[in-house]
Parts: sequence; structure tokens; C-alpha cells
Amino acid sequence: MSTLIEVEELKKYFPITGGVFKRKTADVRAVDGVSIGIVKGECFGLVGESGCGKTTFGKTLIRLYKPTAGSIYFNIPTNVREEIQKLRNSSQDSSRLKKLRKQHDLSIFKGKKLKRLRRKMQIVYQDPTTSLNPRMLVKDIVGEPLKVQGLTRGAERRKRVLEILNKVGLTERHLYRYPHEFSGGQRQRIAIARALVVLPEFVVLDEPTSSVDVSVRAQLLNLFQDLRKDLGLTYMFVSHDLSVVECISDRVGVMYLGKVVELAPTMELYREPLHPYAQALFASIPIPDPTKRKRRAPLKGEVPSPINPPRGCRFSPRCEKAIDICRREEPRLIDVRNGHFVACHLIS
Amino acid sequence: MKIRDRLREFKAGMAPTIRESRVMLLRIKKSPLSILGVSILIFFGLLAVLAPVLAPPPFKGQDPWRIPKDGWMPTPRPPGTAVTEPVMVKAGYTTHIFGTAQDQTDIFYGCIWGASLAFREGFQVVGVALIIGLVTGCLAGYYGGIIDELLMRFTDIIFAFPALILAMALVTALGKTLDNVMLALILVWWPSYTRVIRGEILRVKQEDYVEAAKAVGCSDLRVIVRHILPNAIYPVLIVASLDIGAVVLSVAALSFLGISGVPAGYADWGQMISYAQAWIAGGATLTKYWYVFTIPGIFIFTFVLGWNLLGDAFRDILDPTIRRR
Amino acid sequence: MKNLLNIEDLKVNFYTYEGIVEAIDGVNLNLKEGETLGLVGETGCGKSVTSLSVLVLVPTPGKIESGKISFEKSEKESLNLLQQGESALRSIRGKDISMIFQEPRAYLNPVYTVQDQISEVLLHHSKKELTEKALEEIEKDLSKKSLKHFFYKLERKLYRKMLEKPNSLSLKILSKIPIVRRYERRLKKESKKEVVRILKEMKIADPQRVAEMYPHELSGGMAQRVVIAMALGCNPELLLADEPTTNLDVTVQAQILELIRELKGKFGSSVLYVTHDLGVVAELCDRVAVMYAGSVCELADVMDLFRRPLHPYTIALLESIPRPGKEFKTIEGEVPSLINPPKGCRFNPRCTKAMEICLKEKPRMIEVEKEHYVMCHLH
Repeated sequence: MSTLIEVEELKKYFPITGGVFKRKTADVRAVDGVSIGIVKGECFGLVGESGCGKTTFGKTLIRLYKPTAGSIYFNIPTNVREEIQKLRNSSQDSSRLKKLRKQHDLSIFKGKKLKRLRRKMQIVYQDPTTSLNPRMLVKDIVGEPLKVQGLTRGAERRKRVLEILNKVGLTERHLYRYPHEFSGGQRQRIAIARALVVLPEFVVLDEPTSSVDVSVRAQLLNLFQDLRKDLGLTYMFVSHDLSVVECISDRVGVMYLGKVVELAPTMELYREPLHPYAQALFASIPIPDPTKRKRRAPLKGEVPSPINPPRGCRFSPRCEKAIDICRREEPRLIDVRNGHFVACHLIS
Repeated sequence: MKIRDRLREFKAGMAPTIRESRVMLLRIKKSPLSILGVSILIFFGLLAVLAPVLAPPPFKGQDPWRIPKDGWMPTPRPPGTAVTEPVMVKAGYTTHIFGTAQDQTDIFYGCIWGASLAFREGFQVVGVALIIGLVTGCLAGYYGGIIDELLMRFTDIIFAFPALILAMALVTALGKTLDNVMLALILVWWPSYTRVIRGEILRVKQEDYVEAAKAVGCSDLRVIVRHILPNAIYPVLIVASLDIGAVVLSVAALSFLGISGVPAGYADWGQMISYAQAWIAGGATLTKYWYVFTIPGIFIFTFVLGWNLLGDAFRDILDPTIRRR
Repeated sequence: MKNLLNIEDLKVNFYTYEGIVEAIDGVNLNLKEGETLGLVGETGCGKSVTSLSVLVLVPTPGKIESGKISFEKSEKESLNLLQQGESALRSIRGKDISMIFQEPRAYLNPVYTVQDQISEVLLHHSKKELTEKALEEIEKDLSKKSLKHFFYKLERKLYRKMLEKPNSLSLKILSKIPIVRRYERRLKKESKKEVVRILKEMKIADPQRVAEMYPHELSGGMAQRVVIAMALGCNPELLLADEPTTNLDVTVQAQILELIRELKGKFGSSVLYVTHDLGVVAELCDRVAVMYAGSVCELADVMDLFRRPLHPYTIALLESIPRPGKEFKTIEGEVPSLINPPKGCRFNPRCTKAMEICLKEKPRMIEVEKEHYVMCHLH
């Protein structure tokens, strides 16, 4: 049960320019201080509504965006980890810390180091129609990562491409075709093949089943499970579909307005959410059982803008149980029992 | 063993291209105007290639684009008049099919050889302007920021000048040769391609597959050339094919205004019309000597029409992903 | 309870480049007054086309080939919507039957404010009521002492004329002359007041501010409420909802579903709710119709459908709902192309219980139990 990825106070802001000289007027605080750890081999579910920052977090994690602040450590040995922790806690601005960070902290990698990192982390997008280049053949789409990373040549590359295509359920016949000649489910398989051809360790799945039919959805979810076992992958499954996340994830984190508000093993979270937002979220899911109809909508109001998040706890304006401290101080994400983390003043 | 495998690979690799070409041909067949456009251009292409056969240059050793002169009379002679110059008769000319222009230049000869010159002018100007426009447009669109600002303001400055007048000024400054005329047109023409490609790149840049390419580790150059350009280039190709006709018209216009790079008596349609200026003066001369300027005019008109129809056909055909309802 | 809407044997074809798509192949549905009928199915089964056919708004290259759609416009009138002319349809659309769509911001004109767009609907259909209200206001103004009495009297004359002869030529001319047409301002003011009132019904906080916003300034949930306001503005008898909450977050979806439930009670409309989410169906609907590849395969009360599904497709659909701990059950195969649909029952390639007759003959819709219809050879 080793930690594969360790994230510390990750922030990603997008500047907004305004005025005649296009100066920065404000920031969209998409991810505003997230600290979590992802265990090797697990499927980590990340849920939340639109605008909460989950997609941005996933993409920042694999360095598609450059983080505004914070650190990301990928598969570093425990002793290095401990040393960094010690140095940080002593809050000395030591050169040793800087050196260690330069060596291990993903958030500041650049150039060749960053390129080599891409081999280990990949992403599968939501919409397979737009995530595949319509002017490229399947064999080129899936072969490109190998080519760019300089991993194989010629016949060897073709072999690898065929291997991975077979693993996702496609055959040699499909090599010389354009994406538009396939159905939605097949296109998503091509996208998965592209992500996995370099044999990464960590894959971010950004709502991979939202744009496909219900029947195809189940096929793809089964495929994800099989591939995880077969290739020893670690997933981060980002989605707004709570029922799908429930079935595939080992642990689930709930995000609201750029921060993680609750994080727990799936069964425990779905059975007993502790954070008021998580409670409202789960209570809002329509249940396919007409005897269990809801009387009222569990949550009123709308998500505030990430440009100017509320002071104190971000959920406090909409929280029915908010108390005085909630509006002043932001609660921290703490382990309340056995790996069940909550960021709420009422609980801690 | 290896060769057989390679052959099979090659055939398999060609299969999607063949499929797409079949779809393309089907679409061309369905639109009669496209067929017309393609036929016109094939016709002119044949003219250009078969010029030495259709209108063999009678005076050996002379530049084949210099129209041969049959005699010394200044007034043009109508179509159907017999050829008198013995050298020309020996080369196979019996009658002036389209008549002769001023100084007895054979119009038929001029029109046939003018085709290859028109192609050359069109392709050279559009080709080079397209390359410049693509490079600047890609840089501006992909990188944005200050590079975008600088390049775009520079193109704005060029746009501020009336095109033809700027071209005239450049030619006058550089000297009246055909190459300079084409250079002037290139300098005037490239900004429009920059604008078009920049717009398309801004659109394509945001697509998921571009981000996915970056996630895989592609360099900027590879992303632009392999991912963005092939998807962004269609509108540019359409504009370019329409422009080839426009270039020929511009060169003709410049010739008419006297700013020609081509000497008088050269087989260039625009030059031939310019040459015939004296005969366009109204009244009896207009109808009596109509063949001097009308026939080259028809050639220009048809040539430009062919390219315009082809440009429209391209718009409907090029993208393999667009499916019509 | 009487039938408000009755669709009989609807057939719709799409004439595309690649062939004729038999999108709807004999749909039979009925919607009772005051109920919410859910229309469930996967992508491509034809549920959206069915709802568009009710308003005869199927986009080209689609064409409604045959069928009958009877709509009980009022106590006595029962119209076949497929045989009505354009002007008759236009007076029905928005007034008697309204429709709301999946992506609200795509169905709002980005260059007009919310106010302008809802007023457009009101002025087209409820002009009489607004004119009457305007006249009341004029009377009020006349009763007060004011210098503008002359203008008010003139306005009263014009508005009275509007009531009697709304299409009179003189009014049309007057509405085009620049300064004179200011008389219409009063009407517009009334419609604005009405807009604010309707927005308040939609549970929008601060309706005055929202009324002056442009669509791009609205969030998804807000935009959908505006679209619903537009649809319910004239108290239609039937509301067609084509997946209105699919693109919304789950908490916003819960709010909109609650809103639809309340408004249904208040306005007394019947709802045809198209969706692919069985959870929403269970939350909201009284009866459910399940569609597959262009026909309705099962139609039943919502309790009956979930408790005792009869058609193999419905059973498979209910089984494929993800349940934690269990493996994901899928329906083998993919939705067939409707250019060359399977012969006989269209579900036979994927049906685990397919028999020989299923490959040859298309089954008919029969009432197996009370108010529980199935289209399957097994019954």
C-alpha cells in the first residue's frame, strides 16, 4: 500500500485580463489548495459539480497545466519523502530542500525531464470525437506516443500498437482507418489505447463514459477494470456521475469550489457522508426506484463564482448548518476516523 | 519476405486514401459546376503542356513566348486571314485562326502560350504568399501574446494600402520585370493568408486532440505541423484556389495600366489586351477590331472562372469528416 | 381520465446521404390529462424525434410519413396535428403545447435579453390579456389629475381598437410611424411586469435583475428556468420536455425536477418527459414508455414498470443500472443502424430470449395486464 502520488497544497489559478492594457484583474481559482495522496494500484474517484475544479486538478496533476503553487511528488522513495517533510516542517529556507524539490517535485519540472515524465502519466478525455485528430489514421494516433517518446522503431512499434489495440478490443483491420469511421464506444477505445501504449503508471480518466451510450458505458467500465489488473495501473476517475464512480472507485474525494471537502473509502462515503455538501450531493441523486421519491431538493442556490470564493468555509453561504466560525475560518481536511477525511468545523 | 510485407503494408496504407478519394469523386460528380470547373482547368492544363505541339514556335532560337510576327503592317487583320510569312508557313501555319493584333502578332499563338504563363504566375504568387502567410499565421495563432500582436499589426499596416496601388509602386521601384511583378504581388498578398490561417489555428488550438498531443510529449513544432495545420488548412486552400484566378487578373490589370513586367509582344493574355489599347477606342474601331482584345479576354475570363468553380468544389469536398445530410 | 394526446402509428423517415433512416417505425402512445409520461430510451431510439413530431417540427431531411397525432385542444375540439396548416400550428405552439430542450443556452437567442424573449412569447399569444391589463392602467391614469389626459384618452381609443380588431390595418400602420408608435410602450410595460411575475414563479431570486440579463450571463440552471418560464408563460396544456436536465449538475437537476413537479400542480399541465435516465423517470413520472430503435416496446405505470418489467429490453435496461459491488451488466451488441434495421422485431439481435418468429415478424402492442402494454412475441 505505497503512495504513488503525493500532492501538497496544489493551486491552479487562471488569470483574467481586463482593461485597455490587458492587465491582470483577477484570478479564476480553479484549484485552490488541494493536498491528497493517491495509493498505488487504486482507483481514486473524484466527484463534484461543474466548476468545482476536478478536471483542472486532474490535468494539473499530470502537468498539462503548470501549477500556480504547490508540489507534486511521483513515486519517490520513502526516505526522500520523509526528508522533504522534515525540512518543510522546520520551515527553514534551506538549499537542500530546494535541491530535493528540483529533483523530485513534478510541479517545477521542465524540458526533457518533463517529457520523460509524460511516459508515466497519461489522460483519457471525455469526448472521443474531439480528442482524436480527425485527419490521422488510427495506427498513427496510437503510434504517436511511442514515436515522440522515442521508445520503438518500425516493426517493433507496429507490434506494440497491435498489442495494445488487441487489449482494448480492436483488431488489425482497424489500423488503417480514420476516427470518424468508428462508433463512439470504439473511438473511446482508441483513445484508451493511445493513453496506454506507453505503458504508463498513472492514468487520469476525465469523465470517460459521459459521452457514450448507456450500454457502451458498462462495456468501457469493465474494460477499465480489466486493464487495471492486467497492466497494474493506478487511476484517477473524474466524474460528475456519482453512481458510476461508486462502482469503480476504491476511494472517493468530493470537491467543491477548488478544494477537497471530503475523502473516504467508497462504501463508507456513500453510506455515510459527513460533510454537509457531500450529504446534499448524494441526496440529490435520482434513485431508480419510484417508491423512494424525494420531497424536496436537498440543496438550494447556485455555486458561487471561483473568482471570488466566499470567506471562511466556501460552502458556508449555502450550508444549512453553518455556525459562526464557518464564515470566518476555512476548515482543514483532517482524518476523523481511519482514512475518512473531512474539512468541516462541525465534524472536527 | 520483407518486400512482400512492405508491399502489403503499402497497399493497406493506401486503402483509406483510396476510400476518401472515391468519396471525393462521388461528390464532384454530383455537382455539375464542379465538373465544369475541373474540365476547364484540365483544358487549360493541356493547353499549357501541349503548347509546343499546338502552336509550334516557327522562329528557332527565339524565346518561344515571343509571339511571332507575320509582316510589318500596324493594323490588325481579322481571323481567317492567310499567313504570309514563309517561315511560319513552313512551321505549319496556314491561317491566323484568331487573327492578328497590332504589328501582326498572331493572337492564336499568344493565347495558347499564355496558358502556361498564367499558370506560372498564379502558382508562383499564391504558392510563395501561402508559405509566408502560413508561417506567420501559425506563429501568431499558436503562440499568441506579443508575437501575435506584432505580426498582426504588421499585417494591418500592409492591409491599409490599396493593394493594386502598392503593387504598382513596388514594381516601379524595383524595375519592370515579370519576376518583380510577381514579387510585388506576393508582398501584397500574403497578409490575407496570415489572417485566415490565424483564425483557424485559434479555433483548432482549443480542441482536445491538440492537448492530448501535448500530453504525449509532442514538441510545439510537431503539434503545429502534424495536428493543427492539417485541420486548419481547408479554408486557406479554398481561398488560395480562388486567388490563383485573381492573381492572373491582377497581372492583367497591371499590364493594362502600363506596369507590366512582360515586354510588348509577349504571350501573356494581360499584355495582349494592354497591347490592344489603341483599338479599344470607341466607335467603329471597337467593333471592327474586336478580336484583338476580346479573344484574350475570353481566355482570361474562362481561366479565372475555372479556378473559382474549383474553389467552390473544394469547399464541398475536401474534409473527409464532413458528411452532407 | 381522458386522453390529451394520442399518437397512432407514427412513421418518420430521414432521407440522408447514406440512405433512408427509418427513425420512427410505428409509435403508439397516449398521454392522459394531468399526468407526466416518461419517454425513456438510449441515444438514437427516436424519443426526441417523437416529441418533435408532436409539434410537427422534425428538421429536414426528416419527413413524417404517416400516422395520426390527436390533440384535445379544448372540450370539444380534437385536432389531428399532422393535418393542420402552418398558421394553425403556430397558434398552438407556445400556447397549447410548449417544448423545452436539452441545452438551454442554445435555445436562447444570445442578442436579446431574457425579458425580450419571454415578452415575445407573451405578445404573440396573450396579447388580449395584456391589452386588457393595459386598458386598466389607462383608466387608473385617467382617474388621476394630470396634464397628459389628452394622450391617455387617445391611448384608450387605440387600445380599445386593439381589443376589437387586433389585425386592423390602421393599427399596423400606426405601429410603424416613429413617434406615434410610442403608444405600444404601455403594452410592453405590461408584458415586462408579467415576465417578472413568471420568473418569480420559477423560484428565481431577484427576478427583476435576471429579466434584464443576457443568456450568456446565466448559469445552466438559471437558463433552464428561463426556458421553462418561456414555455409555461401562456399556460399550455401540454409541456414537451426533451432531456432538460441531462446537461445540468445533479443538485441543479434536483432543483429543476422539484420545480417541474410544483409547476405542474400549479399550472395544471401534462408533461411528456423525454430522458435516458431511469432515476429521473422514477422520480418524476406517473407512466413510462420505453423506446428502442424507433418503436415503443413497453408502456406501463411507473410502479409496474420497475416492479415487473415485461419486455426483454426493459429488463436488460434495469439490470444495467450500475450497482456497487456487482459487476457491470451490459446489453450485448450495439444499437442497430436504422438505415438497414433488423427484420422483424428490431431488438432480436441483442435479445437473449429471441425466438424464430422474432426474426420474421414485428410484434404488435398488446395489453398484457391492466394498463401495461408490451410489444413482444413472448406475450
